Amino acid sequence: MIEVRDLVTHYGPREILHGVDLRIEPGEIMVIIGGSGSGKTTLLRHLLGLKRATSGSVRLLGHDLAAVSSLELFELSKRIGVAFQGGALFSSMTVGENVMLPLVEHTRLDRETMEIMMRMKLEITRLSGFEDLMPSELSGGMIKRAAFARAVIMDPVVLFADEPSAGLDPTVSRSLDELILELRDAMGMTIVVVTHELDSAFRIADRVTVLDQGDVLFIGTVDEIRRSENERIQNLLNRRFKEEELDPDEYLARLTGERSRT
Amino acid sequence: MEHETQERGDALVVILAGEVDLEHSPTAREVLLAAVSHKRKVLVDLAGVEYIDSSGVASLVEAYKIAKNQGQGFALVAVNPAALRVLRLARLDRVFSIFDKLEEAL
Repeated sequence: MIEVRDLVTHYGPREILHGVDLRIEPGEIMVIIGGSGSGKTTLLRHLLGLKRATSGSVRLLGHDLAAVSSLELFELSKRIGVAFQGGALFSSMTVGENVMLPLVEHTRLDRETMEIMMRMKLEITRLSGFEDLMPSELSGGMIKRAAFARAVIMDPVVLFADEPSAGLDPTVSRSLDELILELRDAMGMTIVVVTHELDSAFRIADRVTVLDQGDVLFIGTVDEIRRSENERIQNLLNRRFKEEELDPDEYLARLTGERSRT
Repeated sequence: MEHETQERGDALVVILAGEVDLEHSPTAREVLLAAVSHKRKVLVDLAGVEYIDSSGVASLVEAYKIAKNQGQGFALVAVNPAALRVLRLARLDRVFSIFDKLEEAL
């Protein structure tokens, strides 16, 4: 489905990715995690064919992205969907028009068909009845949902989502995770999610790729990553688990400046 | 995509086969809208459909709505598991009448 081989990229003189190898299989949810500066956003841009690599290759749906013509890239773009981090909705268009936009641009379907498709996707993303609102009237979570509705309007083979849960409260974030799982199960989509949120990654991933400072630190299932003895991986996980296993007494003592009794 | 419309008693049976995707769903839509325009019961046989995307489903929804408004029967027959998942995602399995076999729907 997607195959990245020895991908090396630069921003100006600075090398960002130092030879990334990655395979994403049909129908799987691959979550790419890493902190800021890990190179995950850069990798996503390369998977989408938005940037040229210094060396190495990216194959998407059987096409080498460095070798495709702009027409082929246009055809490929019909088969992928992207939910951008900020939603990237057009503020001058209604939610419904935003969601329908790829159909208007790429197809000659009847308007009636497009509108039914749009409303179906709003149903799936639990935004039914909101088609006539403007993006400015939506909450942050709803904007993300609308971005997903637009990303899947053409029933893409591959769906990319950039930080779907960033900036959302835990409940809204969890409901977006569920949406991602539903889309995969019902439509058999291959889904690539880029995130820095470990909880979200562990909920949805079939496999996780951990990027660290431009290198792939780890690729494997959620269970494998939990069992990993790699120190950097463990540091990453422990940061999270330490937060979860909060001892209220100890925390209170810390806050009040009381010395630990042990 | 292939299509054929047959008369079976009072009903018109629209048989769709192959891939009802973005490219072919406009044809499916024409065939379906033509069938419901006859004001008879319409059964859509999806047994031979390998793939149906949401543009295909949207055409089914549109035809169903017209049939319903005109008081005609309209049902889907032999919906394969993949197509059923697409319908279920949008909860359309609760909207359409769906039969396993044509004989049951006639």
